[in-house]
Amino acid sequence: MQHYIEKANLFFEIPIDMRSRLIIILAAAMLLPSFFTPLWKMTLYSNQFPDGLILNIYTYKLEGRKTPNQDDLKEINSLNHYIGMRPLIDTDFTEFKWIPFVIGGTILLALRVIVLGKMSKLVDLFVMFTYFGIFSLWSFYYKMYIYGHELDPTAAIKVPPFTPPMFGHQTMANFEVYCYPSTGSYFISAMPVLLLAAMWFSRKAWLAGRK
Amino acid sequence: MKNTVNVLLIALFITAMAAGCGGDKKGRGAVRSDVQEAAQKTYVAPGDLDEYYFFASGGHSGQVYIYGVPSMRHLSTIPVFAPYAATGYGFDKESKAMLGGFTWGDVHHPALSETDGDYDGRWLFVNDNANNRLARIDLRDFKTKQILGPIPNISGNHGSTFVTENSEYILSASRFSIPLPKGRVEKIEEYATKYNGVVCAVKVDPKSGDMSVGWQILMPPFNYDLGDAGKGPSNGWAFWTCYNSERAIGKLEVTSTQKDRDYIAAVNWKKVEEALAAGKAKMVDGVKMLDPKTAEGIVYLLPIAKSPHGVDVTPDGKYIVGSGKLQSITTVFSIEKILTAVEKKDFTGNEDGIPVLNYNSVKEAEINVGLGPLHTQFDDKGFAYTSLFVESAVAKWKLGTWEVVDKVPVAYNIGHLCAAEGDTKSPDGKYLVALNKLSHGRHLSVGPSQPEASQLIDIGGEKMSVLYDAFTEPEPHNAQMIKADKLHPIEVYPKEDNKDPKAIWDVKDAKVVRNGKNVEVFMVLVRSSFEPNKIEVNKGDKVTIHMTNIEQTTDELHGLGILEYNINVVVDPGETKTIEFTADKPGVYAYYCTNFCSALHQEMQGYMLVK
Repeated sequence: MQHYIEKANLFFEIPIDMRSRLIIILAAAMLLPSFFTPLWKMTLYSNQFPDGLILNIYTYKLEGRKTPNQDDLKEINSLNHYIGMRPLIDTDFTEFKWIPFVIGGTILLALRVIVLGKMSKLVDLFVMFTYFGIFSLWSFYYKMYIYGHELDPTAAIKVPPFTPPMFGHQTMANFEVYCYPSTGSYFISAMPVLLLAAMWFSRKAWLAGRK
Repeated sequence: MKNTVNVLLIALFITAMAAGCGGDKKGRGAVRSDVQEAAQKTYVAPGDLDEYYFFASGGHSGQVYIYGVPSMRHLSTIPVFAPYAATGYGFDKESKAMLGGFTWGDVHHPALSETDGDYDGRWLFVNDNANNRLARIDLRDFKTKQILGPIPNISGNHGSTFVTENSEYILSASRFSIPLPKGRVEKIEEYATKYNGVVCAVKVDPKSGDMSVGWQILMPPFNYDLGDAGKGPSNGWAFWTCYNSERAIGKLEVTSTQKDRDYIAAVNWKKVEEALAAGKAKMVDGVKMLDPKTAEGIVYLLPIAKSPHGVDVTPDGKYIVGSGKLQSITTVFSIEKILTAVEKKDFTGNEDGIPVLNYNSVKEAEINVGLGPLHTQFDDKGFAYTSLFVESAVAKWKLGTWEVVDKVPVAYNIGHLCAAEGDTKSPDGKYLVALNKLSHGRHLSVGPSQPEASQLIDIGGEKMSVLYDAFTEPEPHNAQMIKADKLHPIEVYPKEDNKDPKAIWDVKDAKVVRNGKNVEVFMVLVRSSFEPNKIEVNKGDKVTIHMTNIEQTTDELHGLGILEYNINVVVDPGETKTIEFTADKPGVYAYYCTNFCSALHQEMQGYMLVK
């Protein structure tokens, strides 16, 4: 046991080598697209909407696809009101306030790792960011649950409470709903992978230096 | 052996086809072997789109009808000069004001706006032969945006609306000469000297499309019939045919057909602009009027065989093609020869000071096209197509050689004809629609009031062939056919473009405001409710309702019909409309959504209580 703790302590002391610092910069850069690309995309197809109604979820806003002839978010809300679902509006999502803040903070922490150059700081960054990611996913799922369950009892059309799909496909009334992560999420998920790579390279360089 | 079987099969097939033909109404159907080809050429599968828009004038219905080519399906109706309950046109404040108290008009000749002699897809202009008006339809939303008129001094605005190469002007003319200015009465017996015709140019604002009367020319009392504007080498000129150069009255059928020749009036509008700048115009009923006696060189007369009707300028602008109902020839004039004759003063007389050009000097060709030629359209291969009213046929002839190369019968009595972009500098060829006056029961009988027949003709090949019979609303005179990709219509009015000061966008802002006897209602229309859904007024109140349809989705229209109040408006997504009426009948009146909108459309209703 003592052996492992000592080994771990030793690991936390490993310096971050130059190549890994560059990888961390790249990892931090992976968060930038989330400021202008959506994290999640929901598409609702039906007979009347062969091209689908598209809802994009960003870190800071909801946006329906807008064509000259249609605002999809407005249309989704118009349709949802019949089953008594609350309108999807930005101000109801506290996530839109704290997620961009946390992402900004994470980028600062990544810079801190690069400046201080210690494995322990990198592990901090990795753990905190993984926690943030999982919490955000849960928060998103919970929001979906709430929107599908807290339906207005006076709604014109009564439907059993439901949770829209987070990954994959689901049939809801006359709509085929598809929901998947989008561009921003793919970039974000590259971040922890790059952080692990930085850890691995730094350790490899350190081991090589000890020989 | 195999070959024998094949031959037998083919023989059987032919026998079957022949048997199929036997069941036809005799003489009326197309030949069976052509049917499959025609069907394929006109079939537009569910969900597929037509290749061309076809804007047909609606004649005395006062409206414009839109068809798709090649399917010939009726797509929509644009109300212009008559109220149209289907879209609420003529019921709301704005369109009611535009109609100016008239409840009908007579639309004859639509003209698409042009840039460099080609359709630019911005506006469609139409004339009103009855009440001397012009209208502009915006092709962004397919709505009538302006009605100009009654135009001063114009009486029977038939020779209209033809546009100049860059839509500088829309042509307009008097079909029925009258004493001028309007309001004056002179004895009909003094028609020849005290009545006048007028030709007129209406200016178009190049940015907004706004129309205003430009100038007019005082003309002899002939009947100015149809026109066209020059292009290319003839740009700067405008042409109108005129019948009754006899200046006759009474039974014109006889009195106006005694002379061998009538005229085409050729107006040099560049010279007109110079004369206006030189201050030669007099104001008549608020319009700048030029008199050819004092403004030399603005107008000439080209003699043409009697009772001419259509005049059409060729795509290259070199020739002017005139045809007349009572002739069997179409006459082609050359602009080059006209210019030379004008320069050399090669005249054979004058009418009220207007020089008559020497026919033999300006004529390029006389083409024996057939009986009763009326109008001519053009294709992309140098051919012209002339409608033959009396003969019920279309003649195809070659520009340059002036030879008739093909003829196809149509059913029946063709008036105008419309080829794909067939009056522009670059016609498309491909399709031609014959706008026939009589359908003579070529359809399931619908009683004595019969529809008109418009026939789609394939002009892509050497031989013309009739592809399709469509039965069109009364009464397509002329039409315009434009490639679909030249138009970019909107289907929703964007919220940010709605500048109506009375628009509201949130049900929370819906309200009823009373100010003495005036009640103003700010209403929201959205699936599936009116807000407010209750309006209380007192008998005699003046009620104004501003309705905003806050939808932003294609085809989510809402209507508001008020029972027994003779009110129905339809509000498009993102649009605001206003209605005004006096609540003069006491009682409780329901109002409801007239344009089906959603599963709970029936529930979209409210009550107006008039106490």
